[in-house]
Amino acid sequence: MKTLTKVFAIALPALLLAGCELGSKEQQQTGYRGTGMVQIADPDTKAQVGEVPAPPYELTPEMINGDRAKTAYQNVQVLGDVSVDEFNYTMLAMTAWIAPDGSNVKDAGCTYCHNPENMASDEKYTKVVARKMLQMTQNINANWKPHFAQAGVPQENAGVTCWTCHRGNPVPVNNWSTAVPDPGKIAGNKRGGNTPAPSVAYASLNYDPFSDYLAGKESIRVGGKAFPTAASNASIQSTEKTYGLMMHMSQGLGVNCQFCHNSNNFAKWTDSTPKRVNAWYGIRMVRDINNNYITALGDVWPANGKGIYGNRRGPHGDPLKVNCATCHQGVNKPLGGAKMLKDYPGLKGAAPAPVVAATPAPAETAAVAAPAKPAA
Amino acid sequence: MAVLSFERKYRVRGGTLIGGDLFDFWIGPFYVGFFGVTTLFFAALGTALILWGAAIGPTWNPWLINIAPPDIKYGLSLAPLREGGLWQIITICAIGAFVSWALREVEICRKLGMGYHVPAAYGMAIFAYVTLVVFRPLLMGAWGYGFPYGIFPHLDWVSNTGYQYLHFHYNPAHMLAVSFFFTTTLALGLHGALVLSAVNPAKGETVKSPEYEDTFFRDLIGYSVGTLGIHRVGLLLAMNAGFWSAVCIIISGPFWSRGWPEWWTWWLNLPIWR
Repeated sequence: MKTLTKVFAIALPALLLAGCELGSKEQQQTGYRGTGMVQIADPDTKAQVGEVPAPPYELTPEMINGDRAKTAYQNVQVLGDVSVDEFNYTMLAMTAWIAPDGSNVKDAGCTYCHNPENMASDEKYTKVVARKMLQMTQNINANWKPHFAQAGVPQENAGVTCWTCHRGNPVPVNNWSTAVPDPGKIAGNKRGGNTPAPSVAYASLNYDPFSDYLAGKESIRVGGKAFPTAASNASIQSTEKTYGLMMHMSQGLGVNCQFCHNSNNFAKWTDSTPKRVNAWYGIRMVRDINNNYITALGDVWPANGKGIYGNRRGPHGDPLKVNCATCHQGVNKPLGGAKMLKDYPGLKGAAPAPVVAATPAPAETAAVAAPAKPAA
Repeated sequence: MAVLSFERKYRVRGGTLIGGDLFDFWIGPFYVGFFGVTTLFFAALGTALILWGAAIGPTWNPWLINIAPPDIKYGLSLAPLREGGLWQIITICAIGAFVSWALREVEICRKLGMGYHVPAAYGMAIFAYVTLVVFRPLLMGAWGYGFPYGIFPHLDWVSNTGYQYLHFHYNPAHMLAVSFFFTTTLALGLHGALVLSAVNPAKGETVKSPEYEDTFFRDLIGYSVGTLGIHRVGLLLAMNAGFWSAVCIIISGPFWSRGWPEWWTWWLNLPIWR
């Protein structure tokens, strides 16, 4: 008995401490003193900032000013207006970013997308996807600058490259697809949540907040100024789904709620930090990516079990899509905010008329003030 | 103030910890003692400083007056008076007043020859407070982690500090503390209802004895903890509520930096079923 007590006396505190993060923490105050608005991170366990690979070679102004790629190659639909040298430079970089030579990716190197006999051929689906992804990258860099702004000021060369998400993988590690529906019986029916799901940082909240908010355009706001009535659409379910999405954002960025919000009033813009503006654009950017680029590829994505490089769709049949963690990977500024785009001018894209509003949310702010919308 | 007839027998000399006979006297019905004097000193000074802080602040609205701790950047050093220094001095005054009051309770216990249950119970509340404004800031390395003194401001602090860990309901010590708080109120509710029922009988009936009270709960749940026992249960529940509250906040930050739901992955990752 005495030995047993001793074992417990040693084992129990050890077990409790095993779940702990000891040592001093990194701290950053994000609000007025005493409001509790502080970012706290453990340097030993926080996500590490990814490394930025060196460009394939130095791109000199003469190279950039050389002959256009469309005059030298056939079937160049997106990068036709860059020089031949820059085109080849970009292709080399893309290979290293997505299917690097010598990696264990099947057909690693140029042949991951190209038929080596005929580089212009679109016979491999991966080449069609890569073209769409180039358009997507240019769209992100040209039209979603507010997401990369610093306190509202656009930053030169801030944006994304293929590396931001891919990091040497043909499919970015963090992705999502629509959750399989619950069984129509009592046994095993988790009602969309009630399980420690990694997608919502291990809370029991609804584990697929993405279909509604990052592909669909459901309103993320559940707070209203009017007292909720039967006609309010802010149900407990939509509230929890919103919470789940925010858990994902926090986890994906390696930050807590106070990075953007003052929990005194989550909806109030004047009490939020400037970072919330970036997040607002980010959510809409991700919807744009998922709907107009990834899902828009339709049956270019091979059916599961049919693709030469493995599955590209979720169990529900929809393609693997993007959420905040796809780029951020646990870091609030992907790659530590490295301005990678300065080395890859071809990925910047031409900015047509901006498709996003110049200020965050006149419509959305109005939506907060408006009484709860009637249920559809 | 009139002295109640039975009060005279509680006015016992001696039992003081400090000051000997010097402060061993009563003012009206109130025992003074050395710690009565220090309580008064710290309470008066702290209150005056809060009023001064309100005077130099933006509002006299009692809900919104805010005596905030320093910025995190000041670490564990003294801050300028208007930028949190006031909070630091008021915190010293508060701890001085609370601890003095507890020691005054100890002196009264010694005079009456009773156990230290009352100061020990009150000490748990002081422990929880000191954990919030001293122990946790010390472990985090900045006084800025203390909570601000103000009605709405301290609630904002509670809310934001909870959301620093994404979902505070998953904090294991918070779960225990909340359960103990609710159980304390349940026990008090049951006990109060029982006593009031016993001493307020129906018209024409006599006041019921503790045997009736025991019988009621033996009928209802098969057990009665008894008249003395219920107070021990109450003390145990209430002290645990305070203790686990202190634990739940001291582990948030110094020993855990991520969302509390994620902490439970140690359970999911146990080698038995991982």
